[in-house]
Amino acid sequence: MDQLTKLFYSLGLSPYYGIFVAAFLLAVIILAFALLYEGVATYVERKVAGDIQSRIGPNRVGPYGTLQWLADGVKLFLKEDFIPAQADKLIFRIAPYFVFVGSFLPFAALPLWDRFVPVPMNIGLLYIIAVTAMVTPGIVLAGWGSNNKWALLGGMRSAAQLISYEVPNAVALLIPVLIAGTLNLDEIVRAQGGGGGILRWFIFHDPFSFMAFFIFFTAGLAECNRTPFDLPEAESELVAGYSVEYSAIRYAFFYMGEYGDMFIISAMASAAFLGGWQLPLIDPLVKIGWLKAVLQLGIFLTKTLLLVLVMMWIRWTFPRLRVDQLMELSWKRLLPIALFLLMGAALWTVVFHGKGIYDLIVG
Amino acid sequence: MLETQELVINMGPQHPSTHGVLRLLLHTDGEIIVEAQPHVGYLHRGIEKIAEKVNYHQFMPYTDRIDYLASMNCNHAYACAVERLMGIEVPERAQFIRVIMSELNRIASHLVFFGSFGMDVGAFTPFLYGLRERERTLDLFEAACGQRLTYNYMKIGGVRWDLPPGWTDKCREFCDYFEPKIQEYHDLLTYNYIFMKRLGNIGVLTPEDALAYGVTGPNLRASGVAYDIRKEEPYDVYDRLEFDIPVGTGEAGAVGDCFDRYMVRIKEMQQSVRIIRQCLDMMPEGDVQARVPRVLKIPPKEIYFRAENPRGELGFYIVANGKPSPERLKIRGASFSNIHVMEKILPGLMVADAVAVIASLDVILPECDR
Amino acid sequence: MKDLNTLVQDLQAAVEGAIEEVVTENTQPPYIIVKKEKIVPVLEYLKKEGFNHLSAVSAVDEPPEKIWVVYHLVAIGEKSTLAVKTVLPRDAAEVDSVGNVYPTALWHEREAYDLMGVKFKGHPDLRRILMPDDWVGHPLRKDYEQIKEYHGIKTD
Repeated sequence: MDQLTKLFYSLGLSPYYGIFVAAFLLAVIILAFALLYEGVATYVERKVAGDIQSRIGPNRVGPYGTLQWLADGVKLFLKEDFIPAQADKLIFRIAPYFVFVGSFLPFAALPLWDRFVPVPMNIGLLYIIAVTAMVTPGIVLAGWGSNNKWALLGGMRSAAQLISYEVPNAVALLIPVLIAGTLNLDEIVRAQGGGGGILRWFIFHDPFSFMAFFIFFTAGLAECNRTPFDLPEAESELVAGYSVEYSAIRYAFFYMGEYGDMFIISAMASAAFLGGWQLPLIDPLVKIGWLKAVLQLGIFLTKTLLLVLVMMWIRWTFPRLRVDQLMELSWKRLLPIALFLLMGAALWTVVFHGKGIYDLIVG
Repeated sequence: MLETQELVINMGPQHPSTHGVLRLLLHTDGEIIVEAQPHVGYLHRGIEKIAEKVNYHQFMPYTDRIDYLASMNCNHAYACAVERLMGIEVPERAQFIRVIMSELNRIASHLVFFGSFGMDVGAFTPFLYGLRERERTLDLFEAACGQRLTYNYMKIGGVRWDLPPGWTDKCREFCDYFEPKIQEYHDLLTYNYIFMKRLGNIGVLTPEDALAYGVTGPNLRASGVAYDIRKEEPYDVYDRLEFDIPVGTGEAGAVGDCFDRYMVRIKEMQQSVRIIRQCLDMMPEGDVQARVPRVLKIPPKEIYFRAENPRGELGFYIVANGKPSPERLKIRGASFSNIHVMEKILPGLMVADAVAVIASLDVILPECDR
Repeated sequence: MKDLNTLVQDLQAAVEGAIEEVVTENTQPPYIIVKKEKIVPVLEYLKKEGFNHLSAVSAVDEPPEKIWVVYHLVAIGEKSTLAVKTVLPRDAAEVDSVGNVYPTALWHEREAYDLMGVKFKGHPDLRRILMPDDWVGHPLRKDYEQIKEYHGIKTD
């Protein structure tokens, strides 16, 4: 962002306009990337599902069905955007934007490669947690605005679920923050580099952070409403939950929001626990600046997408929890464990002066 | 002033997990069901009235449509009912074939149950696994009678055609293929922690309630009552076959909960395979049809015949009056009572449990509405 | 389980004047015809005797003047079945509901009411079950004539 603004400035634009143009350009790039990712993710999801379920999956549009997502996208764009007569029209219309925006804003704060975050900010992690929360009101509004009892139940479930799982989610994320001593995602990732290779990743920093990763990932699954936590839409129970009355592009917004969330949660997990763009040997071996950046971006995306793949795998394997079990899991299991881990990690930091297991053994 | 109100939810007839066109009126307090009222009849086709208009042979295709997931069993029950009424002796080979077909269809029906049950508690994958195996049974049916869903294979006095050459080998192959798959189901779904937690202690049906509400079949056995018409009042060659009656054991909670109903059906499939193997070994050569007149005129007589279907007791009450068609033909479908009992077990559960209970009772609406 | 003869004798003693006829010929299972006023005590007694499963309640139309209501009972575990019949006048078909004895009868009785027009006294919720609520006539009666139009839909 800063670089872009400077670029426009040097081209003769006033800084005032430069910021806007740069922001716009950046937004377009992020959106294009996100849409592309979503297309690929839906295709992969269907192929993975097909594989798990011993069937083929999409195989008609394009080679191996690879263009299926385009066909689906075009279909969703062209369909009638239907609004039920009894719905609260304003709320019904704006709800998808909340979800969409909530799942796309975080893209701007992801640490893509060394010292590069699209929009640099020193509270990146806090920002991501804050803006992903926008999804919740979107879903609640969708459930309320549809004026449909199933949607209402879905909205209620989702409000309860998302708020409950934000808590263990955020608490687990505090552990890497504690270790790195910063909320800046770029610095968190950089703190996971250096000698020791993957043992420097925060997941291997100490036993508490190791467990925190799984807490974070589980709570994250619930944050994106994926099986086994897909209660707000729960097809077999609530028909389609909050999105039951939506069609065409508004429905697609919810759909894309879900995939966006998956990406964000996975990206956060890989940045905060799995070393982000760090991979041993890249640093000493690759000397050309741009090549290094591309490799690091590739590494970051690979880690993230692998986690997304795990999410898909889980979705097609597990049954769904019940509402009370869901709440119990969050408040009686995940949250106490996360708090315990946080205290443990804090103690560890104090006792060993912030050194990880690797440092203790080697250094 | 704040005021709370019960939420009335209309579940069905268009709902993904009401198994057709069941409609439930749920009065809920939040997600907890206070009162549940099943409404049926959306699939009423007046089969009983039709029976009074067509002759005994012509009614056979309609029995296919009583329970389309277990057409063979319905064929079988009707054929046996009329044969007993007439006193027709069926050739032994035909009896064996009919038992094999009924048991194969029982497996097919329970596989659909397995799949849709998994789907209703949120696991989509088992559905396709269940249907994958069911496909094999449908292939066998197709080879025997040319149909894949409504077979119209059995007739009064036997079966319509003898088995095609090589069919028995294929059937044995299926048994060998199918038995290990049950372990796969256990690995994938049965002993999944979430699955067991979702179903244990949910929708408990005590044996007293089950009997009072006329619940039969696997649902009654899951409540711990070892009642199987194939054992108690055997028809065709069931009395010569060895098999066990699986009953609910309360593995994941109380006896008679959703998990037991699931488990009983899985075990029943194993027993069915056992029966099929025995039949294939014991089946003699010979005729497959008894000599039955084209138009049956049965003198005034009546019979109430019950058969063990995948969903429970299928009863045919036939009153004959000397004419080519019955005076009255009443069909007692197991699902009719199995739906009725929902009134009793749903209150106090959550909406998500309601879905699990409906699925675990394995009701089918054409059998209820007829 | 008692055999049919002793059962009938005991029933005769327990519920006086209930049994009109016992038929064992040309029927399977054998049936007992009882007076319609006595149907509830008879079924109560039979339930006590071990007939714990009411399989079905059927109504049979026999013009010009009779409608039969048939209760098919099963003693689970005893390999024993029995039918109980009662005869009602066709133009005023009404009999006591046995829903208190066998809850399952509630729905079977609704079905008999819906399709055959038999009324059940004391039934808590006697509505149509299979046909739409506003349907006219009882389809399984022999002299039933189909209504020509239902909400603008031709029925022939």
